[in-house]
Amino acid sequence: MPSDAPVLKSADEVVRSTEARRGLDVAAVRFLVVRGLNELLRVPGAAIPGIVSPAIFLIGLVLVFGKATDIPGYGTSSFLAFVLPVALLQSAGFTGGATGVNLGRDIEGGWLDRLLLSPASRGTILAGLVLSASLRVLIPIPPLLVIAIAVGAPAPSLLGLVITFALVIMFTAVASTWASILALIFKSQQASPLMQSSILSTLLFSASYAPLELLQPWMRTIAEHNPITLVVEGLRQCYVGEITWTVTWHAFAALIVMGALFAVWALAKLKRYER
Amino acid sequence: MIAPSLALAMRALRLTLRRPQFLIPLFLMPSIFLAVNTGGLAATTRLPGFPETSGFLDFQLPAAMVQSLMLSGLQAGIAVALEIESGFFDRLITAPVARLSIVLGRLLAAAVLGAFQVSFFLIVGLLFGAEIAGGVGGVVLVLLLGSFAAVAFAAIGLAIAFRARQASVVQGLFPFVFAVLYLSSAFFPRELLSSPADSISAWNPLSYMADGLRTPIAFGLDAAPIIEGFAVTGGVIAVASLLAVAGLRWRLSDAV
Repeated sequence: MPSDAPVLKSADEVVRSTEARRGLDVAAVRFLVVRGLNELLRVPGAAIPGIVSPAIFLIGLVLVFGKATDIPGYGTSSFLAFVLPVALLQSAGFTGGATGVNLGRDIEGGWLDRLLLSPASRGTILAGLVLSASLRVLIPIPPLLVIAIAVGAPAPSLLGLVITFALVIMFTAVASTWASILALIFKSQQASPLMQSSILSTLLFSASYAPLELLQPWMRTIAEHNPITLVVEGLRQCYVGEITWTVTWHAFAALIVMGALFAVWALAKLKRYER
Repeated sequence: MIAPSLALAMRALRLTLRRPQFLIPLFLMPSIFLAVNTGGLAATTRLPGFPETSGFLDFQLPAAMVQSLMLSGLQAGIAVALEIESGFFDRLITAPVARLSIVLGRLLAAAVLGAFQVSFFLIVGLLFGAEIAGGVGGVVLVLLLGSFAAVAFAAIGLAIAFRARQASVVQGLFPFVFAVLYLSSAFFPRELLSSPADSISAWNPLSYMADGLRTPIAFGLDAAPIIEGFAVTGGVIAVASLLAVAGLRWRLSDAV
């Protein structure tokens, strides 16, 4: 048995484990979070795409489309400030997508099967995966913010910084839950392009490159119905314009609703997988 | 040399078609960016200095094409690196085939796949309202230049793969595809790029390839940018093929 797998030691623990299966086992969640973070320590290079790709994307977009803000309607003369939230969410999406890829690998390797035999409840397993991703996103976001500010993005206020980190962490949780659902459906890490591209597409088909009013009619319809638009706008207010309560709570509400729906779906998929 | 080159080209194409999941990134990512750029940034055609065009989709189609062709070149490199890793390459060089056929076969396959990729984006463009200003002649020119560009990118991929020998190293170059794209006029007119991309793009061969593809689609059969496109692509093919053959020789001497 692998050294990192949970082990039952006595009949008492078996009884306790039955109790634990019904609720959230904090110790097991901590174990899964630590395991997720250990993977990053073992393969530090895995964090690089989460920084490099969004940084290239951000700087590249600004170099190419930087003059777009000459068109009235952007509310800022800095395209960098306008698209910074998209780069931050892209990085969060990468981190969330990686959770699904890792879960796909755990399914292929039989690790999830062994985990499901442990006393940990399905909620505990999911919470461990999602929390681990939410903590891992704290690695790429600060350097990405520093790069953006170094090349001319406005530094956020303290409140803006708090909102930025809160939204990015919650977006990572949502993205990792979605990627876990895909991993449980396809039961393979070969679904990783689907995980990453579905998260990226959902992000880009929002008001990511321009305000809603400047989008093409078909794109505007999609963006208006895409809840990620609320998240992008919630994050964008930290760098363009002023922070308002309405935009802020809309962003958090969108993530809470998406997170809740995906969590229910993921738990159902885990239950089905167990059968 | 022709028969083995054709046989190796057919093998490369068969392997590509046998694993369609590897084809998806060549079409999916550029299509997503094409849709997002067109839907999100069409208003930029109102910027002073933006050339007269019938639509932003027409202008963005070549960007999707070169993006797809560059990814295809990277995949050709990954395929060769995988053959080196798996030992197929060592078996191949013991066979009585001209060494040059190994490179030529891959480049021929890239040309065929390139024509298919360009056709795909032309059809997608036409379905969503793009107009080919150069007419049928323009389509033929785009297909030809697209195939040449595919050969150029595949030769670069091969040159890197023979040196790197590991698929993961070649795969790691993925973000640089976008870096090169952003430092060219593939997505936006050169005059409207921000500094220093405006200056760098003038030296980036990709700018001329993209402009050569763009002209027959968005502006008509204007000879200068089309000739420049073919000339620069020919130059890249020559240099990259020499580097690929040198890489192959280096790999052969290393294998012995």
